[in-house]
Amino acid sequence: MVEPLLSTHGLIKRFGGLLATDNVSIEVRPGEIHALIGPNGAGKTTLVAQLTGMLAPDSGTIHFAGRDVTRLPTHARVRLGLARSFQITSVLREFTALDNVALAVQAHRGHSFRFLADARADRGLRDAARQGLEAVGLGGRADTLASALSHGEQRQLEIAMALAGDPRLLLLDEPMAGMGAEESQRMVELLRGLKAKRGMLLIEHDMDAVFALADRITVLVYGRAIATGTPAEIRAHPEVRQAYLGEEAA
Amino acid sequence: MTGALRTPRGLTTALLLVLFAALPLLTQAFDQRYLLSIGTRIVIWSIAAVSLNMILGYGGLVSFGHAAFFGIGGYAVGILSASGVPDGWVQWPVAILAAAAWAALIGALSLRTRGVYFIMITLAFAQLVYYVAASLEVYGGDDGLNIGRSRFSGLIDLRDKASFYWLCFALLVATLWFCSRFAVSRFGFVLRGARSNDQRMTALGFPVFQYRLAALVISGAFGGLAGVLLANEGAYVSPAMMSWVKSGDLIVIVVLGGMGTLFGPVYGAIAFFVLEESLKPLMDLVHKGWGEYWQIVFGPMLVLVALYAKGGIDSLLGRRRHG
Repeated sequence: MVEPLLSTHGLIKRFGGLLATDNVSIEVRPGEIHALIGPNGAGKTTLVAQLTGMLAPDSGTIHFAGRDVTRLPTHARVRLGLARSFQITSVLREFTALDNVALAVQAHRGHSFRFLADARADRGLRDAARQGLEAVGLGGRADTLASALSHGEQRQLEIAMALAGDPRLLLLDEPMAGMGAEESQRMVELLRGLKAKRGMLLIEHDMDAVFALADRITVLVYGRAIATGTPAEIRAHPEVRQAYLGEEAA
Repeated sequence: MTGALRTPRGLTTALLLVLFAALPLLTQAFDQRYLLSIGTRIVIWSIAAVSLNMILGYGGLVSFGHAAFFGIGGYAVGILSASGVPDGWVQWPVAILAAAAWAALIGALSLRTRGVYFIMITLAFAQLVYYVAASLEVYGGDDGLNIGRSRFSGLIDLRDKASFYWLCFALLVATLWFCSRFAVSRFGFVLRGARSNDQRMTALGFPVFQYRLAALVISGAFGGLAGVLLANEGAYVSPAMMSWVKSGDLIVIVVLGGMGTLFGPVYGAIAFFVLEESLKPLMDLVHKGWGEYWQIVFGPMLVLVALYAKGGIDSLLGRRRHG
């Protein structure tokens, strides 16, 4: 059995009376795309926030790359190789696409308490950033301000930023959100190309994309993981059909 | 370098620097000594404004207690001077380190908050220093303290107004040089990135808190330097130099000149003092005694800048290259 890259055990998070994460235990293996699906309000975003360290769970543990990271701050988890993209596009709008990725590269090249040398003249940072942009198909947009990129391009830029540190796990929070069919298709291809080298936890509403990409799927309903399995198993799962997929079919 | 001179911004900046450098000669030639003292104040306040801009402009953090660094820098000189240590070689480093240490202390606490809370906490800490200084009866309390000017083993006589002015100007140039490097350095990119989207910067793996704390300490150190100069300018320190009004004036200067721009704070300081010095007599001319209320005219001017020139005076000189 391969040791999982990321695993949670009995994760619980309450907001007042609401049980947003109810005893969730999931794992993502190296080289696998693990999709997390569930209706709105199922607690996907809350779970992601705990995985990244933005929220602390009330109980339970999170292990990443063989370490207990439950109490580790966000930036330290990123250093271990846990990168993410955001549900709502989150790029540095006042910076060029190249600057965005260069900063992401910089985050993984030692500390940044360097005050005098021009970071834009740093070949190491710029070349790596340029390669990162090309890898996601944004090579021609390097000098465009992030705010001037199209929505789909901004999402691609986010992926480039997440990939900059060569992370072991990519946490993708609805990467297809707000994309047209064509842009979604391009993103599916991009993600499929990345999967060999790293694990991915994919939160996504676009079921076509999920079933096209995922090796395994976990279904979250009211904070609880009601099922985990291959796409075929999930399709056939009676509780899932009733709680989630059934609603869509009806 | 020659290319930069062809843009309105480059040309204005170059002319200003030449004018600044030659000011003592000009005021002597035209026998306008008073103008040199205004010039000195503009230069000192420019250093303070550039230092505030490091945290306010590049960091996006509205520190409403910057005058405390003025005060701590000034009082460090004042107290050392009153205790029989007139030596600038000792006074100045102690003063700058004291201001930096204060910045580290308030930053460690206030940077855990955001927005209005950050503003209020920095203001509260500055008021604390203000009242401590006002209660130091040994050092003049409310009335302040007359001090001797710092001595530098006879190398430079700070009592000589032209020498002192040139020293201040050289320090302003050094501050601007540092700021220009700082803004585009790795550190500056992290700081500006966090201003743009701190959640993103954290998710990229930057411990944003540490970088902001370092920025505040650097900002405080330069603020302390400005305080040292202010104390030497008037040979006097008083709690008034760190009242919250001064912190507000500094924010006004930075916003007026252009936040997050290199020379904006200098333009802001010039505009602020030139308007103060010219509006007062102008309004007195209209009606005797009105000069005191010059800010009635200055206020609406600020509103206009806030409404129609978002990037401050700097934005009037044309668009900047991004980055």
